[in-house]
Amino acid sequence: MSDSPAIDNVAGSAIPLRGINIDTDRIIPARYLKAVTFDGLGEHVFEDDRASMPNHPFSNPSYRQAAILLANENFGSGSSREHAPQALRRWGIRACVAESFSEIFRGNSLSIGLPCFTAAHSDIEFVMRCVEESPGTYLKLLVSDRTLRILDKTLTLEMPDGMRDALLNGQWDPTGMLLDRFEYVRATAADLPYVVGF
Amino acid sequence: MGKTLLEKVWNTHTVRTLPTGQTQLFIGLHLIHEVTSPQAFDMLRSCGAKVAFPERTYATVDHIVPTLDQSRPFADALAERMMAALERNCAEYGIRFSDLTTEHQGIVHVIGPELGLTQPGMTIACGDSHTSTHGAFGAVAFGIGSSQVRDVLASQCLAIDPLKIRRITVDGALGPGVYAKDVILEIIARLGVTGGVGYAYEYGGSAIDAMTMDERMTICNMSIEGGARIGYVNPDAITFEYIKGRLFAPSGDAFDRATAWWSSMASDADSSYDDEVVIEGAAIEPRVTWGIHPGQSVGVQGRIPDPGDVEGAERASVREAIEFMGFKAGTPISGTKIDVAFVGSCTNSRLSDLREASRVVRGHKVAGGVKALVVPGSKAVRLAAEREGLDQIFEDAGFEWRGAGCSMCLAMNPDRLNGREVCASSSNRNFKGRQGSPTGRTLLMSPAMVAAAALAGEVTDVREMMSRRTDP
Repeated sequence: MSDSPAIDNVAGSAIPLRGINIDTDRIIPARYLKAVTFDGLGEHVFEDDRASMPNHPFSNPSYRQAAILLANENFGSGSSREHAPQALRRWGIRACVAESFSEIFRGNSLSIGLPCFTAAHSDIEFVMRCVEESPGTYLKLLVSDRTLRILDKTLTLEMPDGMRDALLNGQWDPTGMLLDRFEYVRATAADLPYVVGF
Repeated sequence: MGKTLLEKVWNTHTVRTLPTGQTQLFIGLHLIHEVTSPQAFDMLRSCGAKVAFPERTYATVDHIVPTLDQSRPFADALAERMMAALERNCAEYGIRFSDLTTEHQGIVHVIGPELGLTQPGMTIACGDSHTSTHGAFGAVAFGIGSSQVRDVLASQCLAIDPLKIRRITVDGALGPGVYAKDVILEIIARLGVTGGVGYAYEYGGSAIDAMTMDERMTICNMSIEGGARIGYVNPDAITFEYIKGRLFAPSGDAFDRATAWWSSMASDADSSYDDEVVIEGAAIEPRVTWGIHPGQSVGVQGRIPDPGDVEGAERASVREAIEFMGFKAGTPISGTKIDVAFVGSCTNSRLSDLREASRVVRGHKVAGGVKALVVPGSKAVRLAAEREGLDQIFEDAGFEWRGAGCSMCLAMNPDRLNGREVCASSSNRNFKGRQGSPTGRTLLMSPAMVAAAALAGEVTDVREMMSRRTDP
């Protein structure tokens, strides 16, 4: 079992998605969970929101090449479906920057190598405006120093140390790491009364 | 300084600190279902791993199960494919599976406790955000994604960061017609849908202590709706009494040794918390959601809020919600017409939920034009309800009596809203499109309130409905 590749920088244009509490049912409606793989999810991302909002950014051709998703508070709340970050990644998203994320969404994103940074409201607002005025604006995210570079500015982002290290060390797919000292796993299990039948 | 249950369970299940600084946490019980596991098994195959502890994983089928005709193959070819994949994966890896042919099938968060699989002091993971339900037993239980399902299958472990802990004390007695559902909707309204991010919630206080296990499960179930991935209640005599005699519960002397260990895992009286909140139980009213997330609720005597009264980013959110729901600011929530009434879901589909709804329904009729259905959480709940004659009470009133599954909570089976229908629902999420129609509208409330709405054809205060009946 090989380690996953290290992820440090993500660069490209961004797509601004305004609004708080955008839940995973909106990112990918449950009817697309009727499948045994994640294939093809990218084309259905935000499908119902796009149908009801003619100006939805995911329907705007100016943002079609975007690699970075910009969002507000509590992005990815609700269901634990990994289908949500999988759909975003299959659409082309390579990193997310939001005011805050639901924990499960952020953990799921990490486990598929999709870095999720948080940033202050004022910084998100600034970047969203730049991108809305000029959709091709080039952004560069660095996991190592937790920064976002845009135009002549460098903004400070946040990401928990564990997530940062997992991305930088190529350990965001942790299966290999979890199996690495399997004797410790057996020892922990053997100490649990319910595992050994009380 | 004492330790909380969270700290004790975390410590006993910590395998080691990973090179990333995350904790490698051993998972005592892994529950799987048909929606989030097939991809995990495929990943497992492609990385050449085995299932490390097949006896510590248990499977059932719930999300895609039709509640009318359950004959195989299912009419929906995609559902059939998912079912077949789970059957094949369980057979190949030697995982126990409560499929539709067994009497143990049901919603994963209903059958785990029912079978005695869920026990205090355990770590429990499942590819489903409502795994927090199992915290009612004093387990540390949380939802995960499919890649993490793969990790648990391969290693019985997860790489995870520690959480802070908030104590939520609900004191006093709840009023008549006020239920656990109302308590958790009140908590979420008070602390917000992001209030729990980064926290586990410990629920206690005299109102929680007095609750049955079914009620505690309703509370813990919706922790995630408040942003808390984990919610738990310390185990006590009510917990042990519930577990005793269940299929996978320890028995005889082992049960006594188990209760001693379970008791020792409860939070110590001198534990410290990162935050504490106290809520007065007697002040809680039956609640109804008016918006598009579970934090947007009011007491049944309340009114739709005015976006103008709300500050900051929340204002746009309230405006969006009111627009989507077709409400007018300032109008009472009571009197909102409904098209569908749904009693079911992992939040409120247990026997006591059906009993409370049937008490409201008995001898009355569903209002004209309302489609009403009861979907028991498990086959065992369905059978127990039928033994008490609840099915007859519901059917006489005009409710449909269905097979067990997730059903209209998220509409991955044929049960769904059409167009802009309004549904009085005992489920957990009122997100846009949640119940299967992109424009469908959901009003979350307790099963008794759903029953009252079904009879009245509109949102109504179940307390008034019941007191009118007893008036001379």
